[in-house]
Parts: sequence; structure tokens; C-alpha cells
Amino acid sequence: MSLVVRGKALVYGDKIDTDVIIPAKYLVYTDPKVLGEHAMEGIDPEFPKKASQGVVLVAGKAFGIGSSREQAAIALKGAGVRAVIAESFARIFYRNAINVGLPVLQVGGIRDAVAEGDELEVSVEEGEVRNLTRGTTIRVNPLRGLPLEILKKGGLLEYVRGV
Amino acid sequence: MSLTEKIFQRKLGRVPSPGEVVEVVPDIVGFHDLTGHHVVEVLEKMGGDMRFNPESIVVSFDHLAPPPDKKAAEVQVYTRGFVRKVSIRNFYDVGSVDWGILHQVILEKYALPGQIVFGADSHTNTAGAVGAFAQGLGATDIAALLKLGRTWLVVPSPMRMRILGNPPPTITGKDVALDILGHFGVDGLNGYSVEAYVESPTFDVEHRATVSNMSTEMGADAFMFVPDRATYDYVKLMRGVDAPRVEPEPNAKYVDEYDIELPRLEPLVAAPYTPDNVKAVTEVEGTEVDMVFIGSCTNGRLSDLEAAARIVKGRRARARCIVIPASHRVFQEALRLGYVETFTSAGCVVTYGTCGPCLGGHFGIPGPGEVVVSTSNRNFRGRMGHVDAKIYLSNPYVAAASIVEGKIVDPRHLL
Repeated sequence: MSLVVRGKALVYGDKIDTDVIIPAKYLVYTDPKVLGEHAMEGIDPEFPKKASQGVVLVAGKAFGIGSSREQAAIALKGAGVRAVIAESFARIFYRNAINVGLPVLQVGGIRDAVAEGDELEVSVEEGEVRNLTRGTTIRVNPLRGLPLEILKKGGLLEYVRGV
Repeated sequence: MSLTEKIFQRKLGRVPSPGEVVEVVPDIVGFHDLTGHHVVEVLEKMGGDMRFNPESIVVSFDHLAPPPDKKAAEVQVYTRGFVRKVSIRNFYDVGSVDWGILHQVILEKYALPGQIVFGADSHTNTAGAVGAFAQGLGATDIAALLKLGRTWLVVPSPMRMRILGNPPPTITGKDVALDILGHFGVDGLNGYSVEAYVESPTFDVEHRATVSNMSTEMGADAFMFVPDRATYDYVKLMRGVDAPRVEPEPNAKYVDEYDIELPRLEPLVAAPYTPDNVKAVTEVEGTEVDMVFIGSCTNGRLSDLEAAARIVKGRRARARCIVIPASHRVFQEALRLGYVETFTSAGCVVTYGTCGPCLGGHFGIPGPGEVVVSTSNRNFRGRMGHVDAKIYLSNPYVAAASIVEGKIVDPRHLL
């Protein structure tokens, strides 16, 4: 899959936890479409509508803290999120995102460089966030090694099938 | 060598550096009903074959068990079918012998010092209480692990914590966990493998399990208590076997250190809506409480029930009260010791073996505007099933005091 994605930025704060990304009552489901309809329900009921055209989710520190529920990453992807850029990530969410083929990139200070609605282009392989609205580029450590290989295949399921 | 280094050396035949990506074959892998169906679905899409030894898999139905609705029942039928197909013997279904919350079952019956444990649940790290390196993973990671027989992880940096002195009355492992959360925040221990040294034997494995459990909320990669007399006694008591002695060497090097002096702690709470919003109980005294939950993989053990029963005994509940021992074993001990009678006489509802309202699954979801005091691990918005409920996390003494007063009070006044 292409690891360069584009979309308008949706900006959220620090400590976005898995309970607000997808409440536990939906964990009996695994279908991205069903989960996507409830993504971020805990803080922004309008999220699925906002994300439906394909967006880049921008957030602060500790994105995805909480549960190991892979549905958090699936729900975001199912709602239309093409990549998540955050100041920092919780370990399990970060892994889950890569495993379901949702590009993630850790970018310090990202919320100062992006406003809601800015058009972003993200390349996790190059470690670049290009803000096309402002004409600026932020460079960070690119994704490397096994996580990059898994993401290139589209996720861990596809990666394992190819092993 | 640190305990972390010893554990990796045992697996890899060498000591890896922090930050290195390594592949390991774990000793135990666990999952439950609410992640199990997802694990099985992905594993079947991967071809369904499994290289990981089924004897090393532990499965317990705890999250939506007994199933509160049709869909929960369906995913359990699906997962149960898989368990039978691949002959997983370590399976704990509703009401089976030693049934309990997965992490409690692993702690009581399986985890040993020096092991590596992975589970499809973020609180798998509870097994760190006996000195196992334990981590939660997502469903696809666990499915791939079962298929390939191994998984990968980034080697964390060892950090030393010392828990010094004796715990004063009403101070528990929960207060230690909240103290650490208040100090480091929800991502403060990212990339660390904490090795905790305990000075007082009264800070036993049950206190330790609460701290290891909530290291998820601290972002720790693992949180292990250095095995000592209390660890070996616990394993002997629960399983009648001598645990292997796996301990760090005296010259172990740590990248960072933190000390907690138990005599200086006071009862703490985490106020809404994050576990690191930590305050002294005295700061929130008087807050009216609608519902109290005592239970979960964090605080559903015998000593937690004992603590709560000491306060509740002979008093009447002034808030709705739900008590859920973490396993059948804990429940039976609580029956024998009279705690269950104490709770039910006060007006509490008691069941056992399920996560219940902790994650908003069933058995007592709070309503809009309601205030809950819970001994569980998370107070995020919507955690217990309603986005407009406010959750305070506390130890079982504070929770029990809230039951009998109908508001948050300092439990030291009630002993």
C-alpha cells in the first residue's frame, strides 16, 4: 500500500484514550464499517461525518492510552482516518495501528504546526508531514524496520500471510 | 544484570540493548471473551494453523460473562468452539473450577518469576506481581503469535523503584499506583521496564498485583516486582510448588530510579477523567456518591475485600454498592471469612469472576450525572458505559467508606 497519504487535518488534544475512541460496548464487533460509525463517540459524536472524506488525525500526547482493543485503530480507519500524527502514542495503540494498516507518526510540536482543516500530506517512510495549506514541512524520524515492513504490506494479517 | 536483562538472556542466550527489536517465544499467552473472538477471527484468516503450544494458552471468559446480551453470547460460542477445536485445557468458562478474571487466574495458577507473558488485554502486566515480564498486545498481534509461535518487542530500559517502610493503616498498593501516576503521568513510564524492590513483607503479592496492573495506566512496558520471600510464599500457597528463583544481581544497573516511602503516603484518589488526575482523599472529601464498585483485576482480591469489609461491617450502605471478587477462589475465601455476609447485610450486591461494570459491560452501569467510586483502573469519560458519569478511582478502604457515608470521606475516621 502507498505510505503517502493526504487529507484535511482534524485536531484533538492530549490523552485521547481508547474508551473515547471506541467504547467497550462495540468490542463484540470487528467490522471496520460498524466500528467507524462510532469512532470517537466519547468526545465528538460528529467525528464519523467529519472523517468520512478521508482525514489526517492530529493529536497531542499519549494518544491511544488505555485498552489493548484493536478496534480503536480499526474504528478510526473505518471512519476515514488515513493517518494519525501525535506528539506521542501509547505502546499498544501504536502497534495495533500498524497491525491494521493505519499509518502512525510521532511528531513533537505537531499541534503548533497544524490547524483544523489544513491540508496535510504525510509520508511515514520519509518521516515528513507536509502542510500544504501553510506550505511548511516538518521532518521527524521515519518509521523503520519491522513496523514499516508490516505497514507496507497493509497490516500484520497480510504480512503473516506472506511469511 | 537486572531482572529484565536476566529474563531476556534466558530467552535469547544474550543480553539485548534497550531499544533493540527482539523476537521471543513467550511462556504464557492469554486472552478472554471480548478479545478472544477477535484473535480467533484473525487467526482463521491467517490460515488457522498454530505453532504456539496450546498447553501454554490460558483463556478465561470474564468481560461479558455471563453474557448480558445476544451478541456477547454469540462471540462466546464462537471462541468456545475454537478452544475445543485446538484442545486448550487451561480454559475458564463461567462457573468452571477456579473461574475468574483472566489476569487473576494467571496470577493464581500460572505466572512464575522470570517468565514472559503476553495477553490480548492491556492489564496482562498484572503478572509482574510475581516477577514475570508481562505485556498486553492487540488481537492481531496475539493471532500472529499463536500462528508463528513467537512475537517481537522493543527491549525496554530497566528502571528501579524502591517501596520503603511499612504501609500505614488504609494505605494499599492502589495508593502506591496512584502516587506513581501522580508523579509520572499516563505516559511517564513509556519505554521502561520497572523493577520494584519491596522492603516490607507486609506489602505482599496482592498489593503488588494492583501496582503492576495499573502500570498500564503509567504507560510502562512492564512492571515487575523483584521476587523475594513474599513471592515464593505466594506461589507455594496458591499452587503448592516452589517457584524458580529469578532475581536481579546486586550490581544491576538502572537508567532511572524512584523511591516511595509508604509511611508518608495518605489515601489517594484519581478524579475524573484520567488516572493521573491524582488528589489526596482529603481534597475531595464530601463529594456525594451514587454508586461504588469494589472489584476488577486491579482490586478484586481477598485483601481488598477484607479491607472493605472492615469498614462496611455493621454499617448500612448509603450508595448503591456492587462487589465482585476477581475469582471463584477469592469469592469462596470471602464467603468462608464472612466478608460476603458483611457486604450483603449492608445492602451490597455481590457476584464473582467478572469484570462487571469496570469497562461498562454489564452489572451496574452508572447513569448520567452520577458519581462513582471504583477500585478499578480507569476513569476515562464513558469508561463505565455512560459519558456523563464521573468516576473516582480509589483503594478499597476509600471505596468502602464511600459506601457507608454516601460521599467520599477519609477512611481513617472509620476504622
